[in-house]
Amino acid sequence: MAAALPHGALADDAATRPGQHTWVHAIVRWLCITISLTFLAAVLLAPLATVFAMAFARGLAVYLRSFADPDTLAAIRLTLTTALVVVPLNTVFGLAAAWAIGKFEFRGKSVLITLIDLPLAISPVISGMVFVLLFGLHGWFGAWLQEHDISIVFALPGIMLATMFVTFPYVARELIPLMQQLGNAEEEAAITLGAGGWMTFFRVTLPKVRWGLVYGMVLCNARAMGEFGAVSVVSGHIRGLTNTMPLHIEILYNEYNFIGAFAVASLLTLLAVLTLVVKTLVERTGYRRR
Amino acid sequence: MSFRKPSVLPGFGLTFGFTTFFLSAIVLLPLAALVLSAASMHWSDFVRVVTSPRALGSYRLSFGASLLAATINVVFGFIIAWTLVRYEFPGRKIIDALIDMPFALPTAVSGIALTTVFAQNGWIGRYLEPLGVKVAYTWIGVTLALTLISMPFAVRAVQPALQEVQHDLEEAAETLGARRVYVLWRIILPTVLPALLTGFTLAFARAVGEYGSVIFIAGNLPMKTEITPLLIVIHLEEFDYQGAAALGVVMLGISFVILLAINLLQAWGRRRHIRAAH
Repeated sequence: MAAALPHGALADDAATRPGQHTWVHAIVRWLCITISLTFLAAVLLAPLATVFAMAFARGLAVYLRSFADPDTLAAIRLTLTTALVVVPLNTVFGLAAAWAIGKFEFRGKSVLITLIDLPLAISPVISGMVFVLLFGLHGWFGAWLQEHDISIVFALPGIMLATMFVTFPYVARELIPLMQQLGNAEEEAAITLGAGGWMTFFRVTLPKVRWGLVYGMVLCNARAMGEFGAVSVVSGHIRGLTNTMPLHIEILYNEYNFIGAFAVASLLTLLAVLTLVVKTLVERTGYRRR
Repeated sequence: MSFRKPSVLPGFGLTFGFTTFFLSAIVLLPLAALVLSAASMHWSDFVRVVTSPRALGSYRLSFGASLLAATINVVFGFIIAWTLVRYEFPGRKIIDALIDMPFALPTAVSGIALTTVFAQNGWIGRYLEPLGVKVAYTWIGVTLALTLISMPFAVRAVQPALQEVQHDLEEAAETLGARRVYVLWRIILPTVLPALLTGFTLAFARAVGEYGSVIFIAGNLPMKTEITPLLIVIHLEEFDYQGAAALGVVMLGISFVILLAINLLQAWGRRRHIRAAH
């Protein structure tokens, strides 16, 4: 009996704690969930649903027919080509930068990391503009380029340069902290045992960082295919030639061809959903979530 | 001599050389071109361009709407992060994954979709219209678009900080008779304050530069619903490269100050963290 008394007193005490008022707790919980879901439904889910509702507004046949437009097909081809060039280049850069920064100690390292992250802090419009200033008709190299009949701005090279600029940090900023965190011990062991540099990289380092690499590449690809501002400045909006998918959406939308615009938008939305699925799966492997 | 510490690993020269070369070619040289273009202007021309009434109107909208959007995101970001961290409910994992949607969704898609939803005859716009609230083609629409695209920054900044709040501290306070509101104010908010500020700055930085999603919903009237990035594009389309570069430099300067602020905030947060651990 003597032991039961303090126990009972403690339980009584706990019941009067404000946090333990179950109805207050239930109301706060209900409020938080409701506010969160309402907010997300209004700004996120309604727009997402609208994309498909508008794309399929006149049925599947009309939706599919909008992809028969040669300009739409050209836009899809251009976006895929750009991503196919930009993502591998930025991946090679990301691996090189992560090896140099993650495996060695040198002066000015934090400055280098900050400079690599720079494109993330810059307005996409400015990212495109810098290439117009360099290679545009009235730009620094404009006259020279025109003499030699090379077009960069309002052509494919400009689109690729601008896309490369905005997606520049994506792979690197995923791999640099990962390589720093994983350390050098295994690589040093491999080198000491006589493995060459490339063999160490492909057989030891690459398997260690593979999920970070996938993660960075997927995000890089999503941005590369979806970039609007930077590409819009350098593209010149020539239908069938320099229109990427996001730019083509703008043209169709401004022509009141809503089915066409939202049909192209639905493809990019599916890409975004796929990106999130891959991202979530990679996080599930235990890869550090951000 | 001691530029780098010696290591048995090979490949420093190759990777460091490639990194700096690629970085210079793709990022640094083009940015230098921007700064030099603006610097080649006469000082009075520069001032005239960046302080023209149209430019000032665009700063007011760009920075005002971005500040408002970042503030909205801090409030809702905290509530959403709290909900995701503290409560278990059906669909929580899907909602958690969906938070990153604005990162993955191309801005042009967000732009046309938001405009359609909030236009006069849109799913939500039709209920706001009778109340006298016009969203599409006004500054409210601009703020809404900026809120959407910068929302993940706030949620993702606060979420890990909320996970770190020590339950025993909260329980101790409650055992000592503290009310829930008091615990929120004195224990939870101070712990997540650096994260809230970081989220605010990141969201603001992203919102200021945003172009794609805004131009569809803004209406783009000079002095009223014209953001600074759009004004830069207009200068470029008129082949006024110097004017565009001048506005670009102003925006870059502001972005730089914001980046600096983020780094200082994070350093402050780390110092607090280390002090708290002792």
